[in-house]
Amino acid sequence: MSTDHNAHGGSDHGSSYKSYAIGFVLAVILTVAAFMIVSGHSFSPSGTILAISVLAIIQVIVHLHYFLHMSFAAGQKWNNGVFMFTVLFLFIMVVGTLFIMDNTAMHMMSR
Amino acid sequence: MLGRFSLADLPLDVPILVGTFVGVVIVGIAVLGLITYYGKWGYLWKEWLISVDHKRLAVMYIVLALVALFRGFADAIMMRTQLALAYAGNPGYLPPHHYDQVFSAHGTIMIFFLAMAFMTGLFNLVVPLQIGARDVAFPFLNNLSFWMTAVGFILVNVSLFIGEFSQCGWLAYPPLSETQFSPGVGVDYYIIALQIAGVGTLLTGVNFFVTIIKMRAPGMTMMKMPVFTWTAFCASILIMLAFPVLTVALALLGLDRYLGMHFFTNDGGGNQMLYLSLIWTWGHPEVYILILPAFGVFSEVVPTFSRKPLFGYSTMVYATCAILVLSLVVWLHHFFTMGAGANVNAFFGIATMIISIPTGVKLFNWLFTMYKGRVEFHATMYWAVGFMITFTIGGMTGVMMAIPAADFVLHNSLFLIAHFHNVIIGGVYFGYVCGMNFWFPKAFGFKLNEAWGKRAFWLWCVGFYFAFMPLYVLGFQGMTRRLNHYDNPDWHPWLLVAEVGAVMILLGIVCQLMQLYVSVRDRNLPENIDVTGDPWNARSLEWSTSSPPPVYNFAIVPHVHELDAYFHDKENGIDTRRAGSSYAPIHMPKNTSAGLWCGLFSLILGFALVWYIWWAVVIGLVGLVATVILRSADKDIDYYIPAEEVARIENEHSRKLMAQAAE
Repeated sequence: MSTDHNAHGGSDHGSSYKSYAIGFVLAVILTVAAFMIVSGHSFSPSGTILAISVLAIIQVIVHLHYFLHMSFAAGQKWNNGVFMFTVLFLFIMVVGTLFIMDNTAMHMMSR
Repeated sequence: MLGRFSLADLPLDVPILVGTFVGVVIVGIAVLGLITYYGKWGYLWKEWLISVDHKRLAVMYIVLALVALFRGFADAIMMRTQLALAYAGNPGYLPPHHYDQVFSAHGTIMIFFLAMAFMTGLFNLVVPLQIGARDVAFPFLNNLSFWMTAVGFILVNVSLFIGEFSQCGWLAYPPLSETQFSPGVGVDYYIIALQIAGVGTLLTGVNFFVTIIKMRAPGMTMMKMPVFTWTAFCASILIMLAFPVLTVALALLGLDRYLGMHFFTNDGGGNQMLYLSLIWTWGHPEVYILILPAFGVFSEVVPTFSRKPLFGYSTMVYATCAILVLSLVVWLHHFFTMGAGANVNAFFGIATMIISIPTGVKLFNWLFTMYKGRVEFHATMYWAVGFMITFTIGGMTGVMMAIPAADFVLHNSLFLIAHFHNVIIGGVYFGYVCGMNFWFPKAFGFKLNEAWGKRAFWLWCVGFYFAFMPLYVLGFQGMTRRLNHYDNPDWHPWLLVAEVGAVMILLGIVCQLMQLYVSVRDRNLPENIDVTGDPWNARSLEWSTSSPPPVYNFAIVPHVHELDAYFHDKENGIDTRRAGSSYAPIHMPKNTSAGLWCGLFSLILGFALVWYIWWAVVIGLVGLVATVILRSADKDIDYYIPAEEVARIENEHSRKLMAQAAE
């Protein structure tokens, strides 16, 4: 059995409540902004895609920081390492799949 | 009421299946009758079925794996016999509809329920003991994982007697596996069984990752971890990365079949190639999930029986990590011929060849460990040496097929079949059986019989060469995989030789059963019983506690000073157990039946989904969710073993040790 039941989290509940609230507000703002850009037709189509992509990336960072409590603190070494490895795998998978599917589609003349 | 089930779905017209069913029923009644006769239901329930003890779960996993071996091997020898007969006008005894189910079930069962279950069993038995922990990080999840795996296996076997199994090969490529071409329940059994078992595997990966990160004994830094734990660690990472991809691929295929979507269909904008890419994004890491722990087993066994430390520990660790990363960038080599261009094929071909470098490093490390060692040719060591030779041949044919130009000749031929059996039998299976021989005394307190072990090894090893070397030749002669019958006179003699090999492997399995029987029969003979807990004069912490270990593993958590912690302590006269010091109460997890109920409701859910019995789907789903909620609300999940009880168990072991030393 785990020797230390209080090892996870580590932060007291007051500050974590505050961080959830800040995160929630930021997430709502970012989501609404993305919807407004798309529904308001304020950018060109490619500009719209670029803008909502940037907002999505910021959204991911907000979630990681405020909801999953990731940071550059010393105790976070494993969490950050695992996260970076996950990003590496997702990069390999997404880029690799696009590389393969694009090439296959070209050679099989499926488009 | 019963969805799309009708009596016509019972395969009463297939004598082989009716005979098998009668056999299973007779054996089942005999087993249940014996348990009742000896009054062991309470014992079985309390000590095994609801146990969260990793050592008990390990045994249950390996029993599951051995049952899967029998089922998978029965499929294998049926296929070999069919091909030995079905030549020149003779249709053989398996019609295509049945034959296609047999080869699909063979692959599915051998990978998911023999290899994965055996691997998880070894993780459970060894990893917590090797790192000086008292259990895994999440004991209840461990029990839940087991039941999920078991339910997946049960569903695959239910398909034998109710309905049919998939006829689309072990990976169910679309469009063949789509409703248009496979309207029956076979593919649904396949998808649902693997999804349920996949939950178990994913939780196992999470569990062992956290266990290894968080629960190592004081002093055990990452670079002082035994190599088996390292390989379990890397395999857990690969499980966490790869299995979600399998889940998604099968879920998309399931959406196509259940809700009429078009992810992989021929029409409606579907793209089958995406399924191939996804399934192999999981599938290639999967084979490394299987082989890395086998490498770990050899890294424990070879030093122990060579009486030397492992040669090049750090290169072994780095090679393992290199394989972990490289295994993520090679998946296209499974479909070189399916339409990608030269750039793509060259990239994945070269990446594949690079993997042979860290693997070669490992082989040389084992060889240099044996070099100038006092090698004891114990039965366990036979499997290790047999592995080194066989796996090297399999690895080299793998590098051959990594050349895209060569793969255009060899793809989907029997050469491929020979190659992957060469690495999976010669690598994974030999490795796990080697591990079973090595750690059996740790689990049960007595050794496995050596003579029967050696007989099993020789029959398996020689049988393997007879069964699969002809397949390399047949591949060059142009015979493709999954053929039901043929009329080429050049192929027939080779297929007869392969049949002889399959029979030898059958005798090998019989010898393994004999080995178990004889070992249990002679367990109390002084040369078999393991009093000290260290029958092989071995090196890592699992051997410092008694065999079988007490429920808490270590009365006092050991302190690790060096790599090969227990051997270091023995050399320097340190008592790793610190016997006689004052003991504290030990905090342990309570057994729970929640995992078993989750498994039962998953079984109902899965079976009902396969047959479209929607009211039972609701029962399964509600039961599953309710069980999880009730378990989450249960606060009574742990207890303390009193210090006096610990002292009593430890003093008993010390007394036995002293009696042994006095003789």
